[in-house]
Amino acid sequence: MEHYLSLLFKAIFVENLALAFFLGMCTFLAVSKKVETAIGLGIAVVVVQTITVPVNGLIYHHLLQEGALAWLGLPELDLSFLGLITYIGVIAAMVQMLEMLLDRYFPALYQALGIFLPLITVNCAILGGSLFMVERGYDLTESTVYGFGTGVGWALALVLLAGIREKLKYSDVPNGLQGLGITFITTGLMAMAFMSFSGIQL
Amino acid sequence: MANTSVRLLLEPIVDKNPITLQILGICSALAVTTKLAPAITMSIALTAVLVGSSVIISLIRQHMPSSIRIIIQMTIIASLVIVVDQVLQAFAYELSKQLSVFVGLIITNCIVLGRAEAFASKNPPWPSFIDALGHGIGYSLILISVAAIRELLGSGSLLGVPILPLVKEGGWYEPNGLMLLAPGAFFIIGLMIWAIRTWKPDQLEKPEYRIHVVHRTEAQ
Repeated sequence: MEHYLSLLFKAIFVENLALAFFLGMCTFLAVSKKVETAIGLGIAVVVVQTITVPVNGLIYHHLLQEGALAWLGLPELDLSFLGLITYIGVIAAMVQMLEMLLDRYFPALYQALGIFLPLITVNCAILGGSLFMVERGYDLTESTVYGFGTGVGWALALVLLAGIREKLKYSDVPNGLQGLGITFITTGLMAMAFMSFSGIQL
Repeated sequence: MANTSVRLLLEPIVDKNPITLQILGICSALAVTTKLAPAITMSIALTAVLVGSSVIISLIRQHMPSSIRIIIQMTIIASLVIVVDQVLQAFAYELSKQLSVFVGLIITNCIVLGRAEAFASKNPPWPSFIDALGHGIGYSLILISVAAIRELLGSGSLLGVPILPLVKEGGWYEPNGLMLLAPGAFFIIGLMIWAIRTWKPDQLEKPEYRIHVVHRTEAQ
């Protein structure tokens, strides 16, 4: 239990995908202008991440890994090089299904998210979560916890940045730094703040 | 024809740089730039995938049904990235370990899919090739500059060759640890954007809200 809590804590704070590993930066910088859009996108990312990381883990362990296809009578086949294309396929399918679900049952949220829902497919944070999971060899429960944690961490960083940018609108920023420049510097300061979690061990 | 080609090649280098203006491809620009060698490898890998995918997508653009074109583009890009990943693992194993998941993340690199959608799917192969090459060069320029600054100030070396003598080896330079960490990259790119926009004022963004200064004779 402690192990899972520690994993969750690390995924959300210490190894925050946005602030420590710079994943999902393009959407991060582009969507963080208003807090409401940020919250909507954040929830969508959490849902997609929690589903795709364990599913990709299962596929890797039972189909792609070296020796995984032993039940088919092909023990020496190593299909791990197909990993990248499989994970992105799973992510694209999951986002498509989420889109259809939202359109049918939560049309208001679907309208609010607009173009950003399909953009989750190419969000490096989603693919990055799956790739890290494969690299570290998590099992099913660990993958689910890790997926949920990384999703929440990314969403948290996004909402925090949106809040700060909403306040920065009224500040006197130098012309050259207006918009993108000051966002980078703010994110850098946020990254420094999150680094303070790195000494914590559960 | 030659004029357009030159323009397509040179514009994305500074005027429409993918990282500093179009907000594309940022993830890898921050992550792999702690040392110069992985940054150069990443630049070459991304330019290769970008050029390859743009040309291929441009060649088949008239045969792609619109409803599944994203999937086709992603499949082409993913296959090219797998090839590049395997080539790197075969010929530069140490570097590929340093780059770890970021080679795979070229698939989701917004520059690749962005140029495929915006340009290659609507233009003939030769302009697509030049456009992809231009964006690759623009991306590499930023990556290499950031990496050079980070490695020089963070470890006192460039490409592994010590340039500034470190204090712990009897020299005078105390390495700036912040440069090697996440925040250092954000600050450097932010300052670089400031410099570029001071040089090219047409890239400046307009502020959303400016406090309206009222002269005392106008106030009631």
